[in-house]
Amino acid sequence: MARIIAGVGSSHVPAIGAALDNGKTEEPYWKRVFSGFVKSQEWMRETKPDVAIIVYNDHASAFSVDLIPTFALGCAAEFPPADEGWGPRPVPVVKGNPALASHIAQSVILDEFDLTICNKMEVDHGMTVPMNLLFGKVDKNGHWPCPVIPLAVNVVMYPPPTGHRCYMLGRAIKKAVESYPDDLRVVIFGTGGLSHQISGPRAGLINSKWDKNFLDNLSKDPQKLVKIPHIDYMREAGAEGIEMVMWLIMRGALDDKVDEVYRFYTVPASNTAVGHIILENRARGGKAAGKRKPAAGKLKRAAASAKVHRVRSR
Amino acid sequence: MAREQQDYDDIPGTFVFDAERSRQGYGINMFCMSLMKDENRKAFKANEAEYLKKFKLTPGQTEAVLKRDYNRMLELGGNIYFTAKLGATDGHSFQHLAAVMTGSTQPDYADMMLKGGRSVEGNRSRSGKNAPAKFVSGGVAKKRPAAKPQAKTKAKSKSAKRK
Repeated sequence: MARIIAGVGSSHVPAIGAALDNGKTEEPYWKRVFSGFVKSQEWMRETKPDVAIIVYNDHASAFSVDLIPTFALGCAAEFPPADEGWGPRPVPVVKGNPALASHIAQSVILDEFDLTICNKMEVDHGMTVPMNLLFGKVDKNGHWPCPVIPLAVNVVMYPPPTGHRCYMLGRAIKKAVESYPDDLRVVIFGTGGLSHQISGPRAGLINSKWDKNFLDNLSKDPQKLVKIPHIDYMREAGAEGIEMVMWLIMRGALDDKVDEVYRFYTVPASNTAVGHIILENRARGGKAAGKRKPAAGKLKRAAASAKVHRVRSR
Repeated sequence: MAREQQDYDDIPGTFVFDAERSRQGYGINMFCMSLMKDENRKAFKANEAEYLKKFKLTPGQTEAVLKRDYNRMLELGGNIYFTAKLGATDGHSFQHLAAVMTGSTQPDYADMMLKGGRSVEGNRSRSGKNAPAKFVSGGVAKKRPAAKPQAKTKAKSKSAKRK
């Protein structure tokens, strides 16, 4: 059976992509941002997922205002990088996993989530920037390390889906993945955020206290987050900070109890507070449970902190 | 018809791109979308007013585009991800647009961001709803404090150093 082994939260600031594409990663301003992802890239290389599901939002690239799907799942065999007005980002075409994607679509629609299916879709910085942050820089003619199933969420036009709806969709995705016969190890990304406002006279708003609370609760008490009304996101974390609901799809797809193995937070990247977290599901009995041996109680926690140590110390 | 009042209209300096603005601003946003093609950018630059006629904007929307009044564009249904394409056509960075919308200069705006951004304090509400949302003021649930406090402390100190 397939299993979701971990969740990754990451901002997707377009300027991060531009810094990467224009060779500015060593400039102090950008080094501060990229340094927060060095360990994460090691973690990703070690984790070697078979598939990544990436929850992200499109920024007037694949979807204009002609069509505004709330949840759109990419079931195509490949997703070319979109031309966002400056030419497509110099990153490889993203390969999909149509078999698993259509399995997920079928399962979650019967679970009453009315997805839009995309058999043709271009993907913009909203997806490729978090991929670079976690997979590292990949040459245009190279290959991303694993296939990706994109899940585009409307957070551009108000109202986006509620946090609760997002969390429950995550739950349905988890169920769908776990009913897939192949032994696949899946990592799910929640992207966007954290606090930022890029529109209007209040642009530049950052709320680090909000962000910290969000990350703390994401690990320990996500039920608290699913109750946050949209008005609170927009008032406290900026009009565009509402993107953070996408992280709740990722969280919903994980087990109730997870281990936070890494966190990074810095202000700013361009106009945005950059947040990043890695949450691992704990080992379960059985083959698909990953590399860690089943452990109970204190042993399990010890294993978890040993893992934390390992990630940090290398 | 006057715009229906919404709870989020109370947020200062913010034009929430909602379903009503999406309908109202369809022309502005599709105009901006057209600027993703180089030939369209050239045609627009050659004769802006003429080019805009294709998109059936209201006179107010046309004026806002021609004057590059970005806040007015948002108020009349433009969305920032779309209007940013107009900014890019003019050769402006996103941060430049943000500075323009906030009535600042780019260096001042960039400096504000480096210092941690615009504070939410005093910027929550037009009508005096300045208390933090329950979620922030209520703090974090302290469950299983013994689970992995070490990991958390390390993570925090690490990110703090980087700031």
